[in-house]
Amino acid sequence: MKHFSKQARFAISGLICLHVAVLSAGFLAPYDPTEQNRSSVLRPPSTLHFVHLRPFVAGADGHDYPLRFFITGSKYRWFFGSSSVTHLFGVDQPGRVFLAGTDEFGRDQLSRILWGGQISLATGWLAALLALTLGLGWGLIAGFFGGWRDTVLMRGAELFLALPWLYLLLTVRAFLPLSLSPWITALVMALVIGIIGWPRPARLVRGVVLSAKERDYVYAARGFGASSWHLILKHCLPQTYRLMATQAALLLPQFILAEVTLSFVGLGVGDPAVSWGSLLAPLRQIAVIGSAWWMALPVLAVIWTTWCCSLLEDNWKYTGEAG
Amino acid sequence: MFRRYLLRRLLHALFLLAGISVLSFVLLELAPGDFLGEAKLNPQLGPATVAALRQQYGLNQSLPQRYARWLGSLADGSMGVSFAYNLPVSTLLWPRARKTLQLTVTALLLSWMIALPLGVWSAAVRRGWLDRFAGLATSLLLALPDLVLACLALFVAVRAGWFRSNSAVLPVTVLVLATLPTLLRHVRSAIFDVAGQAHVRAARSQGIAGAQLWFRWLLPAAANPLASLFGLSIAGLVSSSLLVETILGWPGLGPLFLEAIAARDFYLVIGPVMLSAAFLIGGLLLGDLLLYLIDPRIRIQT
Repeated sequence: MKHFSKQARFAISGLICLHVAVLSAGFLAPYDPTEQNRSSVLRPPSTLHFVHLRPFVAGADGHDYPLRFFITGSKYRWFFGSSSVTHLFGVDQPGRVFLAGTDEFGRDQLSRILWGGQISLATGWLAALLALTLGLGWGLIAGFFGGWRDTVLMRGAELFLALPWLYLLLTVRAFLPLSLSPWITALVMALVIGIIGWPRPARLVRGVVLSAKERDYVYAARGFGASSWHLILKHCLPQTYRLMATQAALLLPQFILAEVTLSFVGLGVGDPAVSWGSLLAPLRQIAVIGSAWWMALPVLAVIWTTWCCSLLEDNWKYTGEAG
Repeated sequence: MFRRYLLRRLLHALFLLAGISVLSFVLLELAPGDFLGEAKLNPQLGPATVAALRQQYGLNQSLPQRYARWLGSLADGSMGVSFAYNLPVSTLLWPRARKTLQLTVTALLLSWMIALPLGVWSAAVRRGWLDRFAGLATSLLLALPDLVLACLALFVAVRAGWFRSNSAVLPVTVLVLATLPTLLRHVRSAIFDVAGQAHVRAARSQGIAGAQLWFRWLLPAAANPLASLFGLSIAGLVSSSLLVETILGWPGLGPLFLEAIAARDFYLVIGPVMLSAAFLIGGLLLGDLLLYLIDPRIRIQT
C-alpha cells in the first residue's frame, strides 16, 4: 500500500470494507433478506437507547429488548459454502431490530442491502473481468499484428460504440429470457454487460500496444529472434498494466450500475431475490418515498461504491505517467 | 476539399447506421419469444387468429424479408408497425421524441450557459477557494450516477413538497447537474492547457491583457476540445435522458422504449434505438466538422 497516495489508500480501504461487509452479509445481517413481518410494514429505523452503556431496542409491545451480540438466529450460508446460525447482533424474540427500517413487506432493509450487494458486486466484477479479458486479448492481437485483425476490431468497436450504451444494454437484455433463477440472471447480465463493454478497453489497449511495439528494445528483441508471442507477453503486455488498473476502476462501478439499472427497470433480478437495483425500484413510487425516507437508504451503498471507485480512477489516471 | 471530407464522413455514418440496423435485427431475431408468444396463451384467441395476426404483422416471414420490408417502411416514413398499439411506429415515436428533445435541449443550453463562464472563471482564479470549491463539488457530482441523482432529486422534491408531475423543472435540473461537472472540468482544463502555451505567454509579455487576451488568444486556442465536447452533447440529446425520464415520469422516449421492451414490440424497440444511434453518430460527426472548420491543422491532416 505504501506506493499508493493517501486518497487511493482511502478509496481502497473503503472498497475492501464494502466487499467484506457484503461477503459476510449473513453474519452481519440480523435477519434473512426474504423474511417478512406482516405486523411491521414500513417501520422506521429502530432507535437504540443506552442504559448503563448497554444498548436497548424499543419493541412494538412497549417492552425494551437488550441488543445481544453473537446471537443465534435464522440459518444462512457463507459464500464459501458452510452454513451457520450465528449473527453479529440481534434481539430476543418477540423483539425485532430494524436498524434501517423495513420495506412494504416488513422485510429488514439492512439485511436486504447487505445481501443485495452480493448479486450487484458479483455481476459487476464478472462483467468487468470479462470485458477486460476480451479487451486485453483482442487489443493486444489487433495492435501487434495489425492487418485484418485490426480492421475487424476497429469496425466492430465502432459499431458497438455508435449505439448509446444504455440502449444497447437494454435491447440485448430485453430479448433474453426474463424469468430465470437469480444467480443465472446475474450470470446472464454479467455476460451481456461484459460483451457490450469490451470495445472501449480493447481500443485503448490497442493504442498502447501500437506505441509499445515501436520501442527500440522490442526491435532489438525481434532482431535476436524473439517470437511474436514472446514480444507480446514480455514487452507489450506489461505496458498495459497501468491502463488495465485504471480501466478496472472505471468499469467496475459502471458495470455495477448497469446491473442496478437493469434490476431497477425490471430486467434484472426481481422478488424474492434481492440486488441493489431491485431495492431502489420502490423509489419510483412517490407514495413510498413520501412516507418512508429509509427506503432511500440503499442509494448510499451505491454512492459509496461509485465514489470510492471514482476516487481511485481519478488518482490512477493522473499519476499514470509517473508510475 | 471540405465537400469531399463531408461526403466521406456522411457515407461512413450511413454505413454505420446500416450496420447497426442489421445488428439489431439479428440480435432481436436470436432472442426467444415474440409479441405473439403471449397471445398464444390467451384462451380468447384461437390458433387461427394468432396465425392470421402473425401473417398480418409479417412475423412468419424470414429475417431478410422482414428487414427489406422495414427498409421500405423507412422510405414511406412509418418505420414499421407497433404490435401493441397497432399504429405506425412513427406516430408513436415523434411526439415522444419531441418531448425528450424539449427536455434535453433546454438542459444542454442551460448547462453550456453555466459551464462556459463558470469554467473560465474558475480557471482564471485558479488555486483560489472558488476553484477548490468547484473542484470538490464537481468530483462529488461526477461520482453520482444519473440513476442515483434522479432518485435523490425525486426524493428531495417529494419530501419538500416541490414535486409537480408534468413539470420539466425537476428533470431539467437533474440533467444539468449530471452534465455540468464533465463540462466544467473540460472547459477549465482546456483553458489551463492553453494558458501555459508559448504564444499566450508571449502575448502576455507584450502587455496584452484583459478581454483582448481572452477573446483573441485564450478562447480561440481552447476551442478545440470544446468543439468535440459540444458534438458529444448533441450526440446524447436523445439517449442521455432515458433514466431521468423514467424515474421522474416524463413522457418522453425513455418510458416508451422500456414499455416496448417489456411488450416485445419489435419495431417499437428498433425505432428509438435507431433514432438514438442516429443522434449519436450525427453528434460526433458535427463535432468533427466543427473541428475541421475551426482548426486549420486538422484540415491538413485529413
